[in-house]
Amino acid sequence: MTKLRDWLIAAGVLLLGRGSPPAPRESRPRIVAPGEPDRRAENIVLFLFVLATIAAAAFIAVYALDRLSHQTQWLGLAIGGAFALLALAGTVIAHRLVVTEELVEPYPEDSPDAQDEIVQIVEESGSRFTRKRLVTVVGAGALGTIGAALLAPAASLGPLLHTGELYRTTWRRGRRLVDEGGTPFSADAIEEGTFYTAYPEGADRELVGSPIVVVRLPPAEIRDRKDWAPRGIVAYSKICTHAGCAVALYRKPTFAAVQPRPALVCPCHYSTFDPAAGGAVLFGPAGRPLPQLPLEIDRAGNLRASGTFSGPVGPSWWGVRMGKARS
Amino acid sequence: MIRRIVRFLDQRTGTAPLLKKSLRYLFPDHWSFLLGEVALYCFVLLVLTGIYLTFFFDDSVAQMTYHGSYRPLDGSTVSHAYASVLHISFDVKAGLLIRQTHHWAANVFVAAIVLHVLRVFFTGAFRKPRDLTYLLGLGMLMLALLEGYAGYSLADDLLSGMGLAIGYSVAMSIPFVGANLANLIWDGPFPGSSSFWPRLFIAHVLVLPVLIGGLLAAHLVLVASRHHTQFKRSARESERHVVGIPAFPGQAPRSIGLMFWVFAVLFLLGGLVQINPVWLWGPYHVGDGTNGAQPDWYLGWLIGALRLVPGFDLTIGHYTLVPNPFWGGALFPGVVFGILILWPWLERKVTGDDAFHNLLERPRDNPWRTAIGVAILTWVFLIFVSGSADRVDVLFGIDYATQIWVYRVAIWVVPLIALFVTKRVCDELVAGERRR
Repeated sequence: MTKLRDWLIAAGVLLLGRGSPPAPRESRPRIVAPGEPDRRAENIVLFLFVLATIAAAAFIAVYALDRLSHQTQWLGLAIGGAFALLALAGTVIAHRLVVTEELVEPYPEDSPDAQDEIVQIVEESGSRFTRKRLVTVVGAGALGTIGAALLAPAASLGPLLHTGELYRTTWRRGRRLVDEGGTPFSADAIEEGTFYTAYPEGADRELVGSPIVVVRLPPAEIRDRKDWAPRGIVAYSKICTHAGCAVALYRKPTFAAVQPRPALVCPCHYSTFDPAAGGAVLFGPAGRPLPQLPLEIDRAGNLRASGTFSGPVGPSWWGVRMGKARS
Repeated sequence: MIRRIVRFLDQRTGTAPLLKKSLRYLFPDHWSFLLGEVALYCFVLLVLTGIYLTFFFDDSVAQMTYHGSYRPLDGSTVSHAYASVLHISFDVKAGLLIRQTHHWAANVFVAAIVLHVLRVFFTGAFRKPRDLTYLLGLGMLMLALLEGYAGYSLADDLLSGMGLAIGYSVAMSIPFVGANLANLIWDGPFPGSSSFWPRLFIAHVLVLPVLIGGLLAAHLVLVASRHHTQFKRSARESERHVVGIPAFPGQAPRSIGLMFWVFAVLFLLGGLVQINPVWLWGPYHVGDGTNGAQPDWYLGWLIGALRLVPGFDLTIGHYTLVPNPFWGGALFPGVVFGILILWPWLERKVTGDDAFHNLLERPRDNPWRTAIGVAILTWVFLIFVSGSADRVDVLFGIDYATQIWVYRVAIWVVPLIALFVTKRVCDELVAGERRR
């Protein structure tokens, strides 16, 4: 008990006592301008520090607790709160407890003398050379070539000159269309008014040349490549020819009389393609049609590719119109 | 005690004179001078939270079957990278807090830099002798955009995959060398080989941050060596004399207080406001896409530009000279940064003003600069807003195609109007002051 009383008295003295300022060591003139003490502001700062301590401790406590619901939120509140309290303390100190004197001082200037001396040193240092320009040019050539030599291994990063892979797809004549689970698509299962994503059976799906979209249209509406569309079922590369996103939207008119016709739409930049006209661009930034995949229906009634795409798949590059898609 | 520390340091490093000078370094007082500091403190928090995240992140895109604690994705095929982000979010204690704080800090970081650049531009703070400082700042802005893009791409969720596909397409679209460049970066056609992910990772956690840190150090050294600019508020401020509060004790608690405010806001956002819930987007596969995809805000201007360009590839015979994404994804940011980079030299050439400038101009004091700046800003901002036309279509039912056509006209007309309105407003403000 006595100990507790001593502690309380000590705390009281610390908190309320004025605390004698230390005697100045030497009688030098002040550098920092003097100011009046502000005990209220000091108390506020002390109080904020105590609160910040509590908030920081709360962070540790919340962290240590298992199975707490909304733990992330409590952690954020605690640590954010602790910082906010410290920030408040800093603000009070800045405005009430330190002197904010405005001082004047000259801007730094440049040093013309030193500039001249540097030029002089450099010029005088080369006085033993008789063919300065030649030495400079040949030396720069050597350094430049070494630079190029050091950069050359960067070509190992990838197939720099082998752009032929960009024409490659996994589709070829006879490949069956399968869904995400690997089940073959039966032609009967393809309905109008929606779209299906298909992959080539047994091939890598994570290639730009693999995923396709399949839709069914009334056969009479198909204007281009009718023989690629058995029973009105058409297939296109799912990779947008603009910026490589998956063409994941199908615009289906809900009232055909006034609304635009069905279209395949890319959700990234809204390139819009016409499934009835060989994937022609109807709207948006794509610069070339969506490559079409010719289809056929095998004896079992399943959909198969009857060839490969009408053009290279994926975003355009300088050579996109110089070659055909190949498997 | 203080005397002993100072003596210890000075006897071993000889820095007492420098330290004394820095303590009394003068900071002119204006709220807008703190924007750069906000960016600085965001960067500090980004590095700290980022280091923590690297302890758990796995930079491999090898596929695995997910059986972690987020049940709705149980059994789906995901990459190790994506699974490790889910692990950080659901299993690492405080992991989600740190991850979200990191993401928020990135958004605020770029915002603070952009506002800082605008302040510097519209007050003429970029003029000699600070044009080099300004260029270093622009370099950091470009790196910060790349860094942010690399960061949110790493998670390998659906949105990040779509973002990378677009980045790949923009690289492919560069005339003459695009395909070769993309081949080099991705190690083959999209989505690239397994080496691509470690490259992206090391770029995000080492190369780009070190470059930003280096530019930052040079930027701060130059700021200190030429001193801050200042507004003319009284007779005391002049081109030759700076008026300000000394670093210690006047500025220190303000600056440290600001740092704590930044930390407080970012942690509160990180804890309370959800950002980039990758478990809702799902893992990326080449054949997957989703509607309503929006990038982090600072890439919105590029999405808008990519969407506004009409559909054509520029071709000569069978040779594709300019594939479409080049216009919006490469040329447009190139033009904007080109103007910003060249501006100090353009302005010097046009005005013939080659003098040192330590006093700032208020925007109205230089009507043509302000007007041109507002026009360019309006241009970029409209293109930025056009990037959300799909959301406007969904939320308000205004037809997407109609909006795009309106924007295609408006981005050229409205900046012109803004130019003349701003010029007039500046002139009137100055004339009004003269009359008083």
